[in-house]
Parts: sequence; C-alpha cells; structure tokens
Amino acid sequence: MKALLETLAAQAVCGFAWLVTGVRANWIGCVPEKRCRVYFANHNSHGDFVLIWSVLPRALRAATRPVAGADYWLKDAPRRFLGARVFRAVLIERDADKRTGDPVAQMAEAIDRGDSLILFPEGTRNTTETRLLPFKSGLYHLAAQRPNIECVPVWIENLNRVLPKGERVPVPLLCSVSFGTPIIIEPDEPKDAFLHRARDGLLAIAPRDAAPTPPDLT
Amino acid sequence: MSAHSQTLLLFGGVGTILIVASLIAWWLARRHPPGVPSPVIENLTQRIKAWWIMVAVLALAFAVGRNAVIALFAFASFAALREFATLLPTRRGDHWALAALFFIVLPAQYILIFSNWYGLYSIFIPVYAFLFLPIVAALRGDTSHFMERIADVQWAGMIAIFCVSHVPALLTLNIPGYEGRNLLLIAFLVFVVQISDVLQYVWGKLFGEHKIAPRLSPSKTVEGFIGGVVSATAIGAGLWWITPFSPLQAGAMALVVTLMGFMGGLVMSAVKRDRGVKDWGQMIEGHGGMLDRLDSVIFAAPIFFHLTRYFFAVPG
Repeated sequence: MKALLETLAAQAVCGFAWLVTGVRANWIGCVPEKRCRVYFANHNSHGDFVLIWSVLPRALRAATRPVAGADYWLKDAPRRFLGARVFRAVLIERDADKRTGDPVAQMAEAIDRGDSLILFPEGTRNTTETRLLPFKSGLYHLAAQRPNIECVPVWIENLNRVLPKGERVPVPLLCSVSFGTPIIIEPDEPKDAFLHRARDGLLAIAPRDAAPTPPDLT
Repeated sequence: MSAHSQTLLLFGGVGTILIVASLIAWWLARRHPPGVPSPVIENLTQRIKAWWIMVAVLALAFAVGRNAVIALFAFASFAALREFATLLPTRRGDHWALAALFFIVLPAQYILIFSNWYGLYSIFIPVYAFLFLPIVAALRGDTSHFMERIADVQWAGMIAIFCVSHVPALLTLNIPGYEGRNLLLIAFLVFVVQISDVLQYVWGKLFGEHKIAPRLSPSKTVEGFIGGVVSATAIGAGLWWITPFSPLQAGAMALVVTLMGFMGGLVMSAVKRDRGVKDWGQMIEGHGGMLDRLDSVIFAAPIFFHLTRYFFAVPG
C-alpha cells in the first residue's frame, strides 16, 4: 500500500513536470545506462532535480537519489514524504558549523550501495546573470574518494523562467535537460583542475541563446 | 445521409489515404540501399506515423462529441501557447501577464465558446485581454522594452488562444438545415487545410524548382504552392456534401482557407527565423511542435468562421 502510494506520487510528480515544461532529454555525450553515476547540474530553481529525475528512464530513476538540503526537505510532513520516500533524497546539513554528519561520507555511502546521485555543485540556487556560480569542492572530494565513478554534466535549460525567484505561480514554458560527456577523475588530479574540467564540461552543453533576453534592470 | 455516416465515411477516407501513404513510405524505404541513411525517408515515415496518432486523437474526440472537441482544442491552445511563450524574450516583469494568459484568458475563452456566447468570445481577447495584459505588466513597474514585450504577449494570446479557438467556435454556429452536423464543418476546415499542406509538400518534392520565399522557408516552391492550392481546392469542392455549401461555394471556401493557410505558414516561419529556430518544439515527431502543425489552421480558422457565419448562419 505504501509502495503503491510512493509509485503514484512519483508518477504524479513526473506528469506534472511534463505538463508544465514538456521536458525533453538530450543525451548528447552519453546514453542512459544502469551504472553508478553522479549527475551534476546547474541550479536555478527548486524544481531542478525533479526535472532531471523525471527524464531518466524509470529503471534508472529508482536507483538515482538527489542530494538536497536537510533544512528544506525536513520542514513539514508533505516535504518529508516526498523527500525521504518518493525521491529518497540524501539529505545533508548545509550549515557547516552546525552539522554532525559528513556530507561527502553520506554521498559515498549511497554510492557504495549502488545508487546514483544528482548533485548541484554550485551549492545554492543561482539567481545572478552569470551562467554558473563557482563550484563548491564536494564534487571533487566525492570523486577523489570513489575514483571510478562517472561524473555526468547535466544542463537544465529554461526552468528559471518557469518559476523566477520570488514568484509563486509557475508559467508553463518548454524546458530541456541535456546530458554531456562523463568526466572521470585522474590519479592525483588536483582539486582546481578537476573542478575546472567539470565546469567546462557543463558549459559545453549549455545551449547558446539565439536571441538574448534584454538584461533585467531590477 | 446522416451526419454520423458522413463522419464515418470521411474518417474512412482519411484512413485509406494514410494506408496508401504508409505503403508508399514503406516501399521507398525498402527500395533505398541499406546502410545509407536517408533523412527524407526517415522524416516521411515519422510524419506519417504522427499523422496516424493525430487522426486517431481527432477521431476519438469526434466520437465522444462536442465537449471533447472543445477540450481537445483547448489543449492544443495550451501546447501552442507554451511553445510560443518559450521563444519570447520575456523578462521577470512579464511573469504575471504570461500567467494570466495561461490561467485566466485561455480557460475563459474556451468556457465562453462552450457556453455559446458569441458576443463575448469574439471580442474577449482582442478587447479585454488586449487592455488587461498591459495593465498587469505595467503594475510590475519594469519599463524597459515595454512596448515590444507586451506586444509579444498580446500576439501569443491572439495566435495561440484566439485564432485556435475559432475552430471549435464553428460548433456554436446556427446554420438552417445543418442542425446537429457542425462537427463536420470542423472536419472540412481541418481536412482541407492539412491536405493542402501535405499536397504542397508532395507537389514541391516532385516538381518544385522555383523557391517562393527563400528567406522565410526554403522548402516552399511556386510549383508546390500552385499544385497544392489547386488540388486542395478541388478536393474541398468535392467535399461539399459534408458542408452547408454548394459545390462551387465549398470550392471557394477551400480556396480561401488554403490561401490563408499558406500565408499563415509564411508568417509563422518569419517569426521562427526571427527567434533563430527551425521548429517550434518537438511534441509531434517528424513535424516539430504543435504550432508547426497548426500554423496554417491558425490563419484560416477565424476567416472561415466569419465567412460561414456571415453568409450561412442565423443568430441563435
């Protein structure tokens, strides 16, 4: 009964995501494969990981867990149900001073169990005009601890226009999710070099604006 | 012949055309040397497959009846609006205006059609939404590019909601001697416009040499245009028995809607070129987006509606 409810909730979330965004997956640099991966993506909106999650084939979706902030997903019962039961999120404590667990160890543990992860290396939602914020080091530490893992860059396009920061009503606009060429850490690769490579891999699949939006004055 | 058997006959005819088209595509693919990819044949096969699905959906809506057809076109409007809005260079200040289009204007327009309120649905978007949308946008206080931005949003409402809604609006017309058969009027319009698109493509592929508007749409040729319009007009005239028109009137109506449909295709291509894309979306395999399939219907529907209403309908 509970499992049925979780499956139904997962289907409802994916259906809703399609209705609002008509989301399409572009597998540019790799194909959907049942293997341990870290999908790392640009972060503009609360819906980002739902969009990635919903374009994955169902078999992969069941074994792919988003890494998300515990403060947001433990706030109330519906969020706890969605976060823990439906998305099976790896909940990490974002505040470095207050946390008791080690986020990288939590992620590594999930990988050892055979799960894939969805990660936002910018650490927080990007509400600026720049395409990407500087990456936090979590992705590097995870790759250094589990060096065989494939890090797949994922670019989410347009979702920030669906629900701009501060708005409550989403406007249906078409979105796409592009998967780039996987990156594997090299032996003794320095942190900055690896993060640089990851960043370039992500920007390489970001579509160029055909007709750029005039910059916001606000 | 009853409206029911006429509908069956028409869909039977469309099914036969699709079977023949599928066989031709299969034969072309078989004749093609294996191992060499042929984008044209692949695209043709995809298009025909998508046609099967579109015809099946339309047939299902027709079988359920009036309300299902209204709901189907409301969904088509939604998909078209989503594609159109995606390509607009809107800013955060347009968010409320866009949300109003999706969640107020679109449902309201189709509810007005559902309730037969001609006096309001024919002016609701050109008058009320026209004035209401810039008010909403102005309240957000972002003045930069204001004229262009609000004109874009108004265009989206006219193209994707107002024009598309004039297809199901045909159901509200009261035509003496044609009671209970208005669904066939929709079938006539959609069939003539779409067969004209298909025939323009076929004539163009077979005999096309002189490009008609190379900057807008490189695939449109003079030969395709003339061949398509003439043959679609003849087919329209031959379908007079499902309409309230005489054969001559049906031919004239078909000529008007095919010409409007052609111009609609050109205009919508110009918009796409301006926004730097080839297709509006990817919703319909082989065709592109909903708007790629509806562009000609969008320009033909309001004119067909008003001509029919003015010359054939009575108030009621």
